Amino acid sequence: MLDVKKIRKDFPILSRKIHGKPLVYLDSSATTQKPRQVISAMDRYYRRHNANVHRGVHTLSGEATEMVERARASVARFIGASSSDEVIFVRNATEGVNLIRYAWGEQNIGSGDSVVVTMMEHHSNFVPWQQLAKQKGAAFKIADVTDDGRLKIFDESGSMQQVDGAVVGTLEDLLDERVKVVGITHVSNVLGTINPLSDIIPLVRKKAPQALVVVDAAQSVPHMPVDIKRIGADFLVFSGHKMLGPTGIGVLWGRRELLDAMPPFLFGGDMISEVGLSDTVWNRLPWKFEAGTPNMAGMVGMEACCQYLRSVGMQLIRQHEQELVSYALTKLQVFEKEGFLTLYGVRDASVRGGVVTFNVAGVHAHDTAQVLDSEGIAVRSGHHCAMPLARRLGVVATVRASFYIYTLQEEIDRLADGLLKVRRVFKV
Amino acid sequence: MDPYREEILTHYKHPSNYGDLPDATVTVREANASCGDLIELSLKVVDAKIVGVRFKGVGCALSIASASLLTEQLKGKLISDVARMSERFVLDLVGVEVSSMRTKCILLPFRALGNALKTFEKR
Ligand SMILES: Cc1ncc(COP(=O)(O)O)c(C=O)c1O
Repeated sequence: MLDVKKIRKDFPILSRKIHGKPLVYLDSSATTQKPRQVISAMDRYYRRHNANVHRGVHTLSGEATEMVERARASVARFIGASSSDEVIFVRNATEGVNLIRYAWGEQNIGSGDSVVVTMMEHHSNFVPWQQLAKQKGAAFKIADVTDDGRLKIFDESGSMQQVDGAVVGTLEDLLDERVKVVGITHVSNVLGTINPLSDIIPLVRKKAPQALVVVDAAQSVPHMPVDIKRIGADFLVFSGHKMLGPTGIGVLWGRRELLDAMPPFLFGGDMISEVGLSDTVWNRLPWKFEAGTPNMAGMVGMEACCQYLRSVGMQLIRQHEQELVSYALTKLQVFEKEGFLTLYGVRDASVRGGVVTFNVAGVHAHDTAQVLDSEGIAVRSGHHCAMPLARRLGVVATVRASFYIYTLQEEIDRLADGLLKVRRVFKV
Repeated sequence: MDPYREEILTHYKHPSNYGDLPDATVTVREANASCGDLIELSLKVVDAKIVGVRFKGVGCALSIASASLLTEQLKGKLISDVARMSERFVLDLVGVEVSSMRTKCILLPFRALGNALKTFEKR
C-alpha cells in the first residue's frame, strides 16, 4: 500500500485552495504535479552547478556535464535500457515521434509501403505518421477499437473498411510485408486502456517482419513498471512532465543499430565530432541527436523524478491506481444505472490505467468541468488530443478524471459529490 | 456571476432560432479547435437587412446560449449595424464571467457571424 498522505506532503501545490475549497487534482494524464525533491534538484542545479555542458574545462562545466550524463544513466536504468547511449533527450514525447518520423521515416518510407497506427493514438503518434504517409504516397492504415475502447488485435469481426480515405480494420488484417512502421500507444490517454504489447509486438514481428514498432509510452512509463527489454519495441517515447518531472524534457529510446544508421534530425553544435569546410562527421550516440545546448536543468529534474518514483515503487503505484480506478468505476456505474451519466472504456480495472472518462447526460463536457472547478476539482474536458477516437466513440467531447500517486480515495468521493452538483445545476 | 444562472440554462435547453434555414443567403460553419464544438449559422438577407436567421450545432451551455441570445438580436437589423457589433456586446449580452478558455465558447457564434458577413460581402 502506498502511504498517500505522506506522499502528498512532498507536493506543495496540493495544499492550494481553489475557489476556497481544497484542490482535487484529477488531471495528471495531462501533466503531473511536482514533488519538492524534483523542484529542489533543479533549483540546486541552477544555484550551484550551472554551466554549459561538454565544452568547458572549468570545474562547473565538468560538474554540469557529469550531472546530465548521470541523469541519462538514471533514466536508462529506470526503463531497463541496456545502454545510456540509446537514451536521447528530447523536449517531449511529441518531439520523440517527430524525430523518428524525420530521421528514419524520411528515408525509409515510400509509395507502396504501409504505415499503421491505432484509432486510440494521441495526435502526437497519429498526425506525424498520417502526414508522412501522405507525403510519400504510402498507404495509411488504422487499427480499429471496439465500442468499449479496446484495440481490435486479432481477426474477430474481420472486415476492413475504407473510412474517410484511410483503411480501418483489425490490426492482424492490416499487417503484411509492406508495413514499414507500426505506431501504437501503450496506454490510452483518453480511456486508460492498457494495450497488451506482449501479444501485439510478436504478432507484428510475425506478420509484418519489415515493420518497426514505435511505442508511445507517455501514459505507461509514469504509471507502471516498464522494461524496454521485455517489451521488445524498436522505439519508445515518453515525457518528463507526466511523471513528476519538469516540462520541456522527454525521452526517445531507440535500438542502437537503428539509431546508428539514422542521419541526424537537427544540425548544429554538440552533434558533431568534426566539422570541415565541405563536410561534417557526426558525433556518436546519443549526442548525434542532441544538437545545441540541451535542457540541463530538465535532465537533472528527470533524474530526480526517476529516483522519486523508484523509491515509491512502480508496482505499488500501478496497484494504487488500479484500486482507485476500480473504486471510481464502481461509484460512477451507480450514476450510470440511474441514467444520468455515460461511462466510456473498459470496465475491467486490471486492463485499465488510472483514468475514468464519462459524460453527464445532456451536459457538455466543458460545462461539467466548469461546475466541478467551482468545487475545486480539476478535470479535463474535450477530445484529449485524440479526435479520431472521439469520433469513433461517437462523441465530440468527454470528461476525464485521471489519478496518480498522490490521489486519495476521498478525492473520488469529492468527484462524485461534484457530479451530483452538476446534476442539480442542469436538472438532469 | 454564476455562469449557469436560469436564463443561460433555459437558452441552452430551448434555444431560439435553432435549426435549418432552407432559403438562406449565406451559411457558414465555425469550429472551436480546443473542444471540437461546431456551429452552423445561416442568414437570409433582403435589401441589406437580416430577415431570417438560424443556427445549429453541438456545443456547451455557454456557446449554445450565446448563439440563442445573439441570433435573437439579429432579426430585422441592417447588415451595416450588425457589422459594428463588438465582442464586448456579446459578452455583456450573455453576461457571465468565465476564464479565457470559456470566453472562446461564448464567442464562437460571434466568430461565425463575422465569417457570415465576410462571405456575404464577397458574393
Ligand atoms: C498517450 C500520450 N501520448 C503522447 C502525449 C504527448 O505528450 P507531450 O505533449 O508531452 O509531447 C500525451 C500527452 O498528452 C499522451 O497522453
